[in-house]
Amino acid sequence: MSTHSLTKAALRAEGLPRRRAVNRLMELLAWLAAGIAVAILGVVVWSVARRGAGALNLDLITKVPVPFNFGNTPSGLANAFAGSLVIVGLATLMALPIGILVAVYINEFARPAIRTAVGLALDVLNGVPAIVIGIFVFGLFVVGHGQSGYAGAFALACLMLPLVARSTIEVLALVPNALREASLALGVPRWRTTLSIVLPQTLGGIVTGTVLAVARVAGETAPILFTSSVGVGTLVHWDPHHALQTVPVAIFELSESADPADHAQAWAAALVLLLFILVVNLVARTLAARSRSRIGAAR
Amino acid sequence: MSTIDRALTLQPRQRSLPPRERLERIFQIEDLDALYGGKHAIKGVTMDVYKNLVTAIIGPSGCGKSTFIRCLNRMNDLVPAFTQTGTIRYHGQDVTARDVDPVAVRRNIGMVFQRPNPFPKSIFENVAWGMKVLGLKDGLEDRVERALTQAALWDEVKDRLKASALSLSGGQQQRLCIARAIAVEPDVVLMDEPASALDPIATSAIEQLMHDLKGEYTFVIVTHNMQQAARVADMTAFFSISRGGEGERFGELVEYDSTEKIFTDPSDRRTEDYVTGRFG
Repeated sequence: MSTHSLTKAALRAEGLPRRRAVNRLMELLAWLAAGIAVAILGVVVWSVARRGAGALNLDLITKVPVPFNFGNTPSGLANAFAGSLVIVGLATLMALPIGILVAVYINEFARPAIRTAVGLALDVLNGVPAIVIGIFVFGLFVVGHGQSGYAGAFALACLMLPLVARSTIEVLALVPNALREASLALGVPRWRTTLSIVLPQTLGGIVTGTVLAVARVAGETAPILFTSSVGVGTLVHWDPHHALQTVPVAIFELSESADPADHAQAWAAALVLLLFILVVNLVARTLAARSRSRIGAAR
Repeated sequence: MSTIDRALTLQPRQRSLPPRERLERIFQIEDLDALYGGKHAIKGVTMDVYKNLVTAIIGPSGCGKSTFIRCLNRMNDLVPAFTQTGTIRYHGQDVTARDVDPVAVRRNIGMVFQRPNPFPKSIFENVAWGMKVLGLKDGLEDRVERALTQAALWDEVKDRLKASALSLSGGQQQRLCIARAIAVEPDVVLMDEPASALDPIATSAIEQLMHDLKGEYTFVIVTHNMQQAARVADMTAFFSISRGGEGERFGELVEYDSTEKIFTDPSDRRTEDYVTGRFG
């Protein structure tokens, strides 16, 4: 009887109805905030899909643009997709090794003071607006040499670097110290321990971070405008020595066209970009979940 | 004899140690201080560790036992803000010197940790990887078998060497870690409470293998378990927590002698209180 009646008494405690109401209200507000976040994404996806779905067909990625076409012949943005592929691919090749090495240095070798300083630098670099990176690379490479796919890739690599490094640091920190000690206690050198024992544990996490970084920079427009947008022509090019057309810049240019067919194409391209980012995010999350469970099992 | 029989029959062994002057000293530790962020973990430890004996380090929690043995193979180098003073001579050479490569030290002085930490690789690879990396490539499979046999694990895993090491039980994982440590043929094996997470049968298997292997290796074992020290160790060092000025607490070596003497006729009151269970 004692505990039961105590519980009953507690339920009737003074102020309880008010506390319960506040609790309900806070729960509702939190739920609303979450709902708004999801709704914004939903509205964006829906409006892009509604306008772009009509022009979404295979021609979009297989045919090249025809200027002043007004919808008369099948046309597409094959050059932009090819250019994006080259530039983002090159950017990944530049940012990935450096990002991983930065993370390995910070997590495995650096003294705490240096660790904090480099971590801060990465955060600041991550916060630098893309257009500033664009101007920086413009001043560094484009002035005097002209625009090129390489310059565009370098600009995107600057944006990817902190993303790759940060996500790699996070997964490196998850690797239990006991594993490092196990290897070092055998008399295995530090670098070999990092390479053969620590890094394989983080592979999934590194892939995830890279994929997310790719998704993030594939849609960047501002840095590309400065570095790889002038005189790109309408044909498919793969050589990054020249300026290459990219999907975000193509969307930007088409949106300013007088031709309504171009607008539809811009929406369709935006939809492709959006779907790409969506798919890539899902893949990355799946990979991350798998790698987390692998590391968890090693504990 | 099965493992269970061994667990039931393992008795404190009669030992007759030769006089200490005639034992070969493998470590000569002098006035060792170890500090974390400027705070003493151990102070003024001076002792010798003898070759081909099992030396146990006992004492209450926080007395610096683990810190002490991690000094012996420079494992504390990995701990930020760790510093130490004093000398640790290993075969006469000071391993604490700046120009000594800790990798070379650890190559000769292996370690088994409190919690089993197998690599997330196959059982075979756990033992073979270290050998491959360190260049012991001849007759790899025989060496793996030998190490697993010495660690009393071979019979249990010989049919599934390709299975993940993480599929083994805790006791098996710990014996795998011992196999991994002895596979690279170290001179000394340090054990930091190797049996604290194990059941009595696995514990007895590990004690038995230390006994069987001490002809080839020198063991230094940290243990919470006094019965274990009494069973496996030839020499026992008792560490305790002392208080300095301003509330400072640090670990120090109270008494170091043959295990028989420590457990039957200790010279220090604190040792007697500890081994008789009045303290700790």
